[in-house]
Amino acid sequence: MSDFREKTDVVVVGAGHAGCEAALAAAKNGLSTIIFTMSADNIAFMPCNPHIGGSSKGHLVREIDALGGMMGKVIDKTFLQSKMLNTSKGPAVHSLRCQADKMEYSKEMRRVLEKQDNLTIKQAEVSEILFDDVDDCLAAEGYKRKVCGVKITSGIIYEAKAVILCTGTYLKSRCLTGESITYSGPNGLLPSNNLSVSLVDSGIELRRFKTGTPARMDGNSIDFSKMSEQFGDNPIIPFSFDTDPESIQKKQVSCYLTYTNERTHEIIRNNIHRSPIYAGVIEGVGPRYCPSIEDKVVKFPDHTRHQVFVEPEGTYTNEMYIDGMSSSLPEDVQIQMYRTVPGLENCRIVKAAYAIEYDCLCPGQLRPTLEIKHLRGLFSAGQFNGSSGYEEAAAQGLYAGINATNQILGKEYMTIDRSEGYIGVLIDDLVTKENLEPYRMMTSRAEYRLLLRQDNADIRLRAKGYEAGLINKEQYEHVLEKIELINREIERLKNTTVGASAEIQKFMEEHGSAPLKTATSLAELICRPELSYWGIMELDPERRLLPYDVIEQVEISIRYEGYIKRQERQVEQFKKLEKKLIPADIDYNDVGSLRIEARQKLEKFRPVNIGQASRIGGVNPADISVLIIYLDSLKYRND
Amino acid sequence: MLNDFSDDTICAIATAMSDAGIGIIRVSGREALNIVSKIYLSARKEKNLISHEPNTIKFGYVCDPENDDEIIDEVMVSYMKGPHSYTREDVVEINSHGGMLVMNRILELLLKGGSRLAEPGEFTKRAFLNGRIDLAKAEAVMDIISAQNDFALDSSRRQLQGSISNEVISLRKEILYQMAFIESALDDPENYDLDGYPEKVREIVYKETGRIESLLQTADEGLIRKDGIKTVIVGRPNAGKSSLLNALSGNERAIVTDIAGTTRDVIEETVRLGDIVLHLIDTAGIRATDDVIEKIGVYRAKEKIEEAQLCLYILDSTSDVNEEDREILNLCRGKKTIIILNKNDLKDDIKISGDILPMMFSEELDVSFPVISISLLKGEGLDDLKQKISDLFLGGELVPKQEVYITNIRHKELLSKACESLKLVLKSIEDGMSEDFYTVDLTNAYTFLGEIIGEEVGDDLVEEIFSKFCMGK
Repeated sequence: MSDFREKTDVVVVGAGHAGCEAALAAAKNGLSTIIFTMSADNIAFMPCNPHIGGSSKGHLVREIDALGGMMGKVIDKTFLQSKMLNTSKGPAVHSLRCQADKMEYSKEMRRVLEKQDNLTIKQAEVSEILFDDVDDCLAAEGYKRKVCGVKITSGIIYEAKAVILCTGTYLKSRCLTGESITYSGPNGLLPSNNLSVSLVDSGIELRRFKTGTPARMDGNSIDFSKMSEQFGDNPIIPFSFDTDPESIQKKQVSCYLTYTNERTHEIIRNNIHRSPIYAGVIEGVGPRYCPSIEDKVVKFPDHTRHQVFVEPEGTYTNEMYIDGMSSSLPEDVQIQMYRTVPGLENCRIVKAAYAIEYDCLCPGQLRPTLEIKHLRGLFSAGQFNGSSGYEEAAAQGLYAGINATNQILGKEYMTIDRSEGYIGVLIDDLVTKENLEPYRMMTSRAEYRLLLRQDNADIRLRAKGYEAGLINKEQYEHVLEKIELINREIERLKNTTVGASAEIQKFMEEHGSAPLKTATSLAELICRPELSYWGIMELDPERRLLPYDVIEQVEISIRYEGYIKRQERQVEQFKKLEKKLIPADIDYNDVGSLRIEARQKLEKFRPVNIGQASRIGGVNPADISVLIIYLDSLKYRND
Repeated sequence: MLNDFSDDTICAIATAMSDAGIGIIRVSGREALNIVSKIYLSARKEKNLISHEPNTIKFGYVCDPENDDEIIDEVMVSYMKGPHSYTREDVVEINSHGGMLVMNRILELLLKGGSRLAEPGEFTKRAFLNGRIDLAKAEAVMDIISAQNDFALDSSRRQLQGSISNEVISLRKEILYQMAFIESALDDPENYDLDGYPEKVREIVYKETGRIESLLQTADEGLIRKDGIKTVIVGRPNAGKSSLLNALSGNERAIVTDIAGTTRDVIEETVRLGDIVLHLIDTAGIRATDDVIEKIGVYRAKEKIEEAQLCLYILDSTSDVNEEDREILNLCRGKKTIIILNKNDLKDDIKISGDILPMMFSEELDVSFPVISISLLKGEGLDDLKQKISDLFLGGELVPKQEVYITNIRHKELLSKACESLKLVLKSIEDGMSEDFYTVDLTNAYTFLGEIIGEEVGDDLVEEIFSKFCMGK
């Protein structure tokens, strides 16, 4: 074989949602970047559901946007329908979700990549990761080898300073529909069969995960009149902080809601033995939050029906996605099962539902930068890390891309902790917990969620995006100005009081609010459930017109001040532990009095700080005390 | 939940936990002097510990600031200013007269005042982290923490076997389910609906709060079992107060802790009736003249009765009821009181019996007061008395079932915190906050309860969501 070599700074393996963000982050910082894909015509492809966002995932998209990622901007250009979920609940759980035009999304992201300087798209299968030895300095930081490039199946070597693995579900993947097994990636795309061996050879531990997708139907065969139509919001709120809301108000496409019934469930129960999961053919571990319809029927036998959303795949096709009925049953069972659902009686399947199994990384092998612990310069993101979801993938891709870039440029790594963003929660959970199934973001995983709202992602993270070279000065200064306006307005409302005059009392009475006993600040009035910022406008003649997003922050800060303060205090406690660092070369065998279980877990995860150590399952507070004393005693030894 | 180590002020009972002798409660941290000041009265009953000179010891009283500075105990308080202390922080030590009830009471006041209970080995840990102990001892410190933690966990678990831990587990289960339901609805709002839920969860949380409160009640009972009931004997001269005292003290199973010679007048005698311990108050008065009321007046008697948890009101059943009897009984209203009709051996002369008592005291008698009839001369009826005390304080249980009671102050503290968290949930519901706010405090309640049974929160919530709710499209 030839020894033809190309040189680049960064190699990204895979051009899905993680890979695209990773490659853009590196290229935007002036690093020459090559993104490899098995199919250049399927960049940022959405192989499963046709939507971006949703509960907690919408938060991720906002955070990606705040940091300078592209997902929010691309979906703003290509959505079919938009909805803000949970608007009747508190602001922390409001979440934006958009139906995407899959083809348009993919084309738009490809355009973004192609327009980016320093970035090359290359259709090829990466078959091997290449490494060099490390010097003593790197060895002391826990590295065993350092990455120096990749080899593709044609034999060409691409030398690189960093490699980011974003292989999604493509590593040694196989698709299962009943007894029929296809050795392919999703949607019939080529799998990547060679890379796993090279990864295992380099000391990476892999495991098998599985996930699944429902059938796509011919829209002409569906009777939508038997389903209830689901509309989008009006007005439409954009995902990106940089998108002008006016520019995206458009006619939206509907989704449809229908339900399974006992007949559906009976067909499933009668054929359950033909499901590869129940027959034991699938060894991979599947996600519980995205159960197949057969899982739902088996695990929740008392549910007489399950929701089914029928959603468009795009405007280029009449294919419809049957959300809620993913399955790996044989196609003949699928046809019978789908046809029991109202509106689907005469349905024709375009693409049958299937389960897919793939290789991915065992947790605990990653540093909080998403670099593989022992392999300098080798980063990974997305489903390869054991997550699921487009948004989770994109968030990790961006994070890994920024940190690979910072490593090459000799800058400090970017960190986002659990109190700063859902991305921080996601990364910390991935690198600290033993995730036994594909990991999905949920708002309940974020302990400081009152602070981590989708509405303030820019305030939380734009500075980091600016630091990472992905947010320009103008965007950054815009946020600084916004923060200034918010603080000033809060201050003003707290310091402006109204007296208990007859006029005011009349206003109170008219608005069903208790009369004032003494002079009261405008902020206190806003706190009353029956009043609001807008509601007290006539009591506030000095008010000047502020942008909508400023008012939103002002109102939330005032209304939920008590809760927010409490969470801020918790965050202070949390940060103290995060600041106590554990040296990379710590030998846990040297720490007397640690219980064996704690020692094993600490050895496995090798946490970077005491906070992270305390979150590892099986490590108790006494172990943490012991560890702190040990670390302190090291200081004496070094003196 | 992991506490932060460095900044807060910690306290703990530093001496062996036993009924006898003098006990020391140690407080360490930046706020040590301030916190102790809140509950300290000087010998002149002024609140001025804050001016305490370092390395001196002062005589004074511990009082309950939330209860009109009611005096809990007479104490000696020493103050060591950091870094010249064991932990190199400001340390205040309270030397109390010991006895679990008193020590626990003081500890609780310190917790209320803003300190937290020290973790196992934490004083030593601080001593080390602040450079008080050298490197050679670091290993030993780690061993101490490990061992003390194991011991604490072990003894904590032992105390929790059976119904308490079952109750805590069942409370947690209910809380977790509600949290999971809310989270499922937030995660999949098109599938799970929260309409009408606030009203439902309010009821559930309200009930849970009640359950924790009754557990806290057992904590008090548990402490009573271990630490005794402050008891006062009242009655007219010659009704038999000193005979009752002697009968109780002379009980063959009684343990008498004679601490005469101290100037304390709070608890004079400790006697044990089976597994019930009575701390008798103001026995000196009884012994001296058998006439409390005469000697110190009704006003003093009232003071004593207020201080007591139990009043034993003794009546001579052979004499008529007079105004003095009425006056004394009136003072007992609102207290746990047992009416003892003495001298029932003199059958022919009996003028008062349980049946006619309500008529004789139509105004003063609280009909819920149990009445027993005994003969102190013959030593009859003491078992009856024991049973009645048990009915009043221990729900009728005479045979000790240790596991039924919370006897551990750490457990009590955690239960109180859980209870407060649930009350915050109720407040959020009242304030019309949306459901996602409830989970903030539900999570805290769940965590506190978990600490009692030594369980980590881990991924419980996520597990519950997936096992109880059909999530995901």
